[in-house]
Amino acid sequence: MSATTAEKSVTAPTLRVVPGTLRGAGRMVERSILVYRRTWLIIVSGFFEPLFYLLSIRIGFGALVGDVQTPNGPVDYAVFVAPALMASSAMNGAVYDSTMNIFFKLKHARLYETVLSTPLGPSAVAVGEITWALMRGVLYSVAFLGCMAALGMVVSWWALLALPACVLIGLAFASAGMAVTTYMRGWNDFEFIPAATLPMFVLSATFYPLSSYGGLSWVVQLSPLYHGVALVRAACLGDGSWGLLGHVAVLAVMTVIGLRVASRRIGTLLLT
Amino acid sequence: MPVIAATSVHKSFGDFEAVRGVDFEVARGEFFGFLGPNGAGKSSLMRMIGCVSPTTSGELRIFDLDPGVDGAAIRARMGVVPQTDNLDQELTLLENLVMYGRYFDIPRRECRDRARELLEFVQLADRADSRVEPLSGGMKRRLTIARSLMNRPELLLLDEPTTGLDPQARHVLWERLYRLKEQGVTLALTTHYMDEAEQLCDRLVVMDRGRIVAEGTPRGLILEHSTREVLELRLSSSAPDDIAERLAGTGERVEVLPDRVLVYANDGEAALSSVHQLGIEPLASLVRRSSLEDVFLRLTGRSLVE
Repeated sequence: MSATTAEKSVTAPTLRVVPGTLRGAGRMVERSILVYRRTWLIIVSGFFEPLFYLLSIRIGFGALVGDVQTPNGPVDYAVFVAPALMASSAMNGAVYDSTMNIFFKLKHARLYETVLSTPLGPSAVAVGEITWALMRGVLYSVAFLGCMAALGMVVSWWALLALPACVLIGLAFASAGMAVTTYMRGWNDFEFIPAATLPMFVLSATFYPLSSYGGLSWVVQLSPLYHGVALVRAACLGDGSWGLLGHVAVLAVMTVIGLRVASRRIGTLLLT
Repeated sequence: MPVIAATSVHKSFGDFEAVRGVDFEVARGEFFGFLGPNGAGKSSLMRMIGCVSPTTSGELRIFDLDPGVDGAAIRARMGVVPQTDNLDQELTLLENLVMYGRYFDIPRRECRDRARELLEFVQLADRADSRVEPLSGGMKRRLTIARSLMNRPELLLLDEPTTGLDPQARHVLWERLYRLKEQGVTLALTTHYMDEAEQLCDRLVVMDRGRIVAEGTPRGLILEHSTREVLELRLSSSAPDDIAERLAGTGERVEVLPDRVLVYANDGEAALSSVHQLGIEPLASLVRRSSLEDVFLRLTGRSLVE
């Protein structure tokens, strides 16, 4: 009898962790849907952001700046910048969802404390919340791409691949954002977030090609957003290359580390 | 097989030892209490039993399972009413219960049926579609109890369930807890109200500074550690310092508190007349039955609610 229970306790958890986490994550998503069903206007409001962004570059800069030289020839400036804005918007959405929203539920609503008293574990919480952030992100990315197409900024069918690229950006930034949030002591600490995302937004080959950074281009490559911009731009301009896998790898590593830290930290914060 | 079995369980937070080695067992169907003042280690112990806090050392088994290994399986069979309400403010009452049931993987339709039934049980059915925020403290507690019953738990943990409630709300709650006991649910409750422990618990442990100082039935503890009756005397503030010595022969034991003097005696009235014979004239006097408060005072030298 004691031998069988001991055996069970060794093997069972390893077999159960993954499906258990996914099932639990599904419950967290279910809760978000329940909450946002009533506040769907907040979600709709997010669709206007890309429209204004894109109109400003189409009507504004686009008219002032000439073509940009890319390896595949000259490209209209608006067509060059739009994918970078799409990537940045995916980053901003994911960061917002995984920092402010998560912090509120962690410290004020004490939602996770409630959830952890049920069979759900910290990894289910982390994966579930990030999945929801991604689902919202996909909606916005589709809207963004739709606006780009409507304004004549999409030059190839490959642009559809910008959607999975944005999911990856969202995943990487939501995971990292959630991990960082678990270290926040109070609302004041959130001042640091724009301090990290704003320079990334400006310095990730967003508004000019990597070549124009000259000797400082290695700094640009340290920005995770740069890798996201590179992927989305390659998709929108239709220039695929094996080198893109490197960008995918950077974002994938960021995701794995972020998720690990986030679920471990939720555990240490709440399961003491 | 006991529902909860603890063997020299310790819990430390850094240098602070919240629980310093406790042993106890809770049998199936029992209403078990942890009585003690704030800071006695009751909540730390509850969190360990709730599998949301690992033990520092010692052995804890719930449903004969190890919380460190099978935490999720144990939590699936347990209901928890935490000390402070942590209801989901973004959902209605009904949604709070349904969603909580979903965390246990109960099918949605089943969750809705149980939620309706439980809102009825805690007398909140008419508020099903309202938000949590406007509810009174007593209603929030009742909703939290309803929530803890969504998974039909075999064991229900209640951490100070009536703190901050008015007397009427407390009695409504007690009555609901009795009904759960009748249905065969094992209940474990912490409280610093002796009347609550005396009324509800089949058996209890008295805790002080992270240790268990006594264990038994409420009646048994009183018989063992106190006299049948207590004579309470209120004396004028200029009462002589040697009052304890002068009263020494009266009753079995005398306890001098800042605001009153307690004389422990099996016959309180007889003790009062001997007080009068000694020429001591109290401002007021009262003869009452011994309570768990007296047990606590006897065991720790301090009163329970300070």
